[in-house]
Amino acid sequence: MTAAAAPRRAPRPRRRIGQPIAAVLTAAAVLGVPFWLVVATAGKDQGEALDPDLSAPSQWHLRENFATVFADGRMPAAFFGSLLVMVPAVVGVLVLGSMAAWILGRRGGRLSAAIYALGISGIVLPPAVVTIVLLLRQLGLAGTALGMIGVYMGMYLSTVIFFVTGFVRTIPHELEEAARVDGAGPGRVFIRIVLPLLRPVLATATILICLYIWNDVFYALFVIGGRIDTLPLNLYQVASAGLYLQNWHLIFAYIILMSLPLLVTFVVAQRRIISGITSGAVK
Amino acid sequence: MASATAGTPRSRRRDHPLWFLVPALAVLVVFFFVPTLSNFVYAFTDWSSFKSAISFAGADNFTSLFSNGTLLNSLKVTLVYAVLVAVFQNLFGLGLALLLERDTAVNRAVRVAFFVPVVMSALAVGYIFQALLKPDGALNAIIGWFTGSAVSIPWLGSTTWTIVVVAIVHAWKWMGLSMLIYLAGLKTIGEDVVEAGRLDGAGRWTMFRSIRFPLLAPAVTFNVATALLGSMNGFDIVQATTEGGPGGTTELLNIYIFRTFGQGLFAQATTMSLVLFLMVAVLAFPVIRYLRKREEVL
Repeated sequence: MTAAAAPRRAPRPRRRIGQPIAAVLTAAAVLGVPFWLVVATAGKDQGEALDPDLSAPSQWHLRENFATVFADGRMPAAFFGSLLVMVPAVVGVLVLGSMAAWILGRRGGRLSAAIYALGISGIVLPPAVVTIVLLLRQLGLAGTALGMIGVYMGMYLSTVIFFVTGFVRTIPHELEEAARVDGAGPGRVFIRIVLPLLRPVLATATILICLYIWNDVFYALFVIGGRIDTLPLNLYQVASAGLYLQNWHLIFAYIILMSLPLLVTFVVAQRRIISGITSGAVK
Repeated sequence: MASATAGTPRSRRRDHPLWFLVPALAVLVVFFFVPTLSNFVYAFTDWSSFKSAISFAGADNFTSLFSNGTLLNSLKVTLVYAVLVAVFQNLFGLGLALLLERDTAVNRAVRVAFFVPVVMSALAVGYIFQALLKPDGALNAIIGWFTGSAVSIPWLGSTTWTIVVVAIVHAWKWMGLSMLIYLAGLKTIGEDVVEAGRLDGAGRWTMFRSIRFPLLAPAVTFNVATALLGSMNGFDIVQATTEGGPGGTTELLNIYIFRTFGQGLFAQATTMSLVLFLMVAVLAFPVIRYLRKREEVL
């Protein structure tokens, strides 16, 4: 027994040192190089940043560059523009999506099955981005925050309905029954009983959808481009002008500033975010 | 018993009224289904910013896009890109998951680091790599340092290889997500299965190939499906690195749609949007069904 175990134990210490070294070296090469390029270039002045390379800036200009893009890239307006479209869209899809998912998860029958299939089709099918613009023009919503919110809601309701319907089916009926016996109508049962129970799955959906909307530039370019500032839209403008003018230091300074809110959120809540995202996937 | 507590069908219907579906359905109909259906209408018109009237044009858009080669080129580029992204993203994600599998402090920190690109804007990632991949950029400098001679490979200027490079950038951004899914999948494999394999004398490679990898099937399904869908709808990274060039060799359908929309050629953009819709509809469902079936074999 001990004789058999000994040769297997022999290579272990080497692996114990080798594995962490390999992990850190991989991260340094694959992540460290691009991230250092961003930080170093964002710290240079225009002349030094003309050809972005991995050399450290001879003198750090980080704060000046941040101040420049903060003003020229209209960062405060972009930040609030991003919030203005993201928050209502996320709250909207969560509320409307869980209302629908509660009914779809509880009622059987062909009608519910058909509505469910239609409701989740948007997870796979791409939105018709050009005709959405035409429709918004006809509704008088072109270039407005309300139009953008509607478009995002139409895109991400499917995700919420898919996640929440599956979750609703795992909630025991008895929890609802108890409230119903006390005379609560469907509205109260939903708000007082069902919605609080959905918290874990709604947290996962919130993270995913915030990530998509906060970083979206494609649909924003069609719907609100040039009318409302959002962080990615302004990055697109800064970069389009910056590449023409060779302002790499400003592009990268903007990228650092715009990534900070999500990065800070992520670092603070990383354990919950990671477990939330992985929980739904491997079933 | 279960149905007794759940109430009779009639009361169950009253307890879960259909009007709860109405707001969600209204939003879906107005902002998703109506535009999708209009795609099928406006693709057959001459809608553009140069005329006020929109009139029926038959299949003109399709025939002109087909005959000048853009339709097939964009379709081919989008497909190749999607397959390349799915392959690279899963290779990188699985590799990282196997490298960082053990639950040590170092591994946990490195996992978090690899998730940072997932949280970042794809547009930002594109610009970072545009700088990194310039002929006189950082990557060539690093290669030059190792080889000892100046290197100036135009990573984003090759009509053959640039699409591969851009797909790798896309996979770089999302590999942290795939890694997490694979890590979660690896965790679900029971210690007893691994132990049984070890007793049968399976080496590390055999153990991975014939025991652990097949058990990862659900994670593979999720990762391949999301990678395919995400890259077929891709835009940001390609726009920020190549804008569809060189010579249209990385012009995804969404890049084409954005460009022609900006030129005021709305009908052509709609036609390509319809092509994208049909392509995803035709491809996604069989792929997902095939991957699901592979899971069932277990």
